[in-house]
Amino acid sequence: MNSLHKLGSLLTKLAVLPMGLIAMTISALAQTPTVEERLAAAEAAVKTAQTAGDNAWMLVCSALVLMMTGPGLALFYGGLVRKKNVLATMMQSFIMMAVITVIWAVFGYSLSFAKGSPFIGGFDFLFLKGVGAEPSAYAGTIPAQTFMIFQLMFAIITPALITGAFAERMKFSAMLLFCTLWAVIVYFPLAHMVWGDGGLLNAFLGGKVPALDFAGGTVVHISSGFSALVCALYLGKRVGYPKTPFAPHSLVLSVIGACLLWVGWFGFNAGSAVAAGSLASNAFVTTHFGAASAAIGWLVIEWIRQGKPTVLGGISGAVAGLVGITPAAGFVTPMSALAIGFIAGVVCFFAVTQLKKKLGYDDSLDAFGVHGVGGLTGALLTGVFANSAVNTVFKDTVTGAATPSGLLEGNPAQVLNQLIGAAVAIALGCAASYVILKVIDLTIGVRVTGEDEMQGLDISQHGEEGYNLDADLISAGGFGMSGGAYNESILVAAEALEK
Amino acid sequence: MKKIEAIIRPHLLEAVKDSLQALGVQGMTLSEIRGFGRQKGHTEVYRGSEYKVEFVPKLKVEVIVDDEIVEGAIDAIIKSARTGKFGDGKIFVFPVEEAIRIRTGEHGVNAV
Repeated sequence: MNSLHKLGSLLTKLAVLPMGLIAMTISALAQTPTVEERLAAAEAAVKTAQTAGDNAWMLVCSALVLMMTGPGLALFYGGLVRKKNVLATMMQSFIMMAVITVIWAVFGYSLSFAKGSPFIGGFDFLFLKGVGAEPSAYAGTIPAQTFMIFQLMFAIITPALITGAFAERMKFSAMLLFCTLWAVIVYFPLAHMVWGDGGLLNAFLGGKVPALDFAGGTVVHISSGFSALVCALYLGKRVGYPKTPFAPHSLVLSVIGACLLWVGWFGFNAGSAVAAGSLASNAFVTTHFGAASAAIGWLVIEWIRQGKPTVLGGISGAVAGLVGITPAAGFVTPMSALAIGFIAGVVCFFAVTQLKKKLGYDDSLDAFGVHGVGGLTGALLTGVFANSAVNTVFKDTVTGAATPSGLLEGNPAQVLNQLIGAAVAIALGCAASYVILKVIDLTIGVRVTGEDEMQGLDISQHGEEGYNLDADLISAGGFGMSGGAYNESILVAAEALEK
Repeated sequence: MKKIEAIIRPHLLEAVKDSLQALGVQGMTLSEIRGFGRQKGHTEVYRGSEYKVEFVPKLKVEVIVDDEIVEGAIDAIIKSARTGKFGDGKIFVFPVEEAIRIRTGEHGVNAV
């Protein structure tokens, strides 16, 4: 009773406290309330509130984009390979989360987003110098640090996408070296050209060729997709391809991975609005519509041509649609997104089933067929469907009024701009990939030995297996422990049980 | 003593097991296997790449029985595992020289 009494009086005191504070504030305001001061205070409060909202959204988006690489891509790709390569394939995505992060922190962000030439950033942000709580030129309402970490997640997933082309046959050391060099030579410059301050292709910050790439169709998907094609051609086919079966070992994993990619893509595309405003909503909606429509597009054409709608077809279509809508998400209407998605789904279906067969390369997991072809399709369709009502890109130099964005709105030149942007990414990606592969081939070698390939990369590269479901049987057979002592201990345990 | 090895359709396992138990068979060994005979496999298509699956999943049931009930057991398996289509499987019969129960050291039919 006594303690309850004490608690009661404490609560009363606490309740009085805020009232006192309010009274003090009112009296303070009553003393010096100039209009300017009150306005400044209100403006500061509005800014703080907006930062809080935008920053919360962008941090969540950053996490969503990381989720696309691990577990999303790791599961999607991991399920598509054979059982003996599942861990090695997942590792190729996972390790990017570690390696790219470190080089991004040291110099990657600087080469991508510091002011420099039209082709590559400078050294102003080396070791993240000056990248802190203050907003940057790229996003006025969020800390530069948030923008930096959001962009890092894109740098992580891009080389991870390429790993689909060399799955099941590349040495882990060679893969590490390739992806690191590729990030430095291809990704950082390209990110600077398209998004960086003063970049060649940046439509918003003074680029010479204003290509539209809302969330990375060119920087992420075209660059990685075409580089993947070079990798597939350079590495050559897997032993036995295409005569022996290379059936996916677990489409269940792939379905989970693809759905995580779909969800993560909201962070990728809607987050590319770098604010929690209406543009993010538009990008969110178009992203979702693009994926849905593309899944249907792929399935319909597959059903017609092959007689059965496959689950792998459905999820491949969804990913193709997400790739296709990526450059367009913040420039087109939701109805255009339905069209872009459907077209991307159908085009990628033909790329993966027909083009690959005709050209005869072994792109293990269709990184080129989905990301290269889907990215290119999306880039061109962005030039067709971009609409100034969704997002004003170009303005009349005299009146300042919005001028048409895309072909259908009356700006046919934009398709050409899109093509130039894509061509730059393709040229840089292909040339650099070839040179990097050649250098690695001449030094440490790119491909595992035939024996290691037959054994599987899990054991040959990492000394592990993905599935040890029969481990009990094996150890009971005396595999792991010295037989005699082990059997004895089992007998002792069994006797104890009987008693 | 004979060993009867029956390759059967996986979904008919329960029927085969029940029919053998009804004859007094006390135990059996089961393995998941793959094989092909006259039954055609099927084709799987992954992103346009076709793979013909020729080795069809089957179950192999092994029982050791006394000579007297071999014929009865064969009939029971045929009756319970037959659908009349290709792929119903095969039955093989082998002579068994000896059987020993590990726990007690018993020999012969009693050990089965």
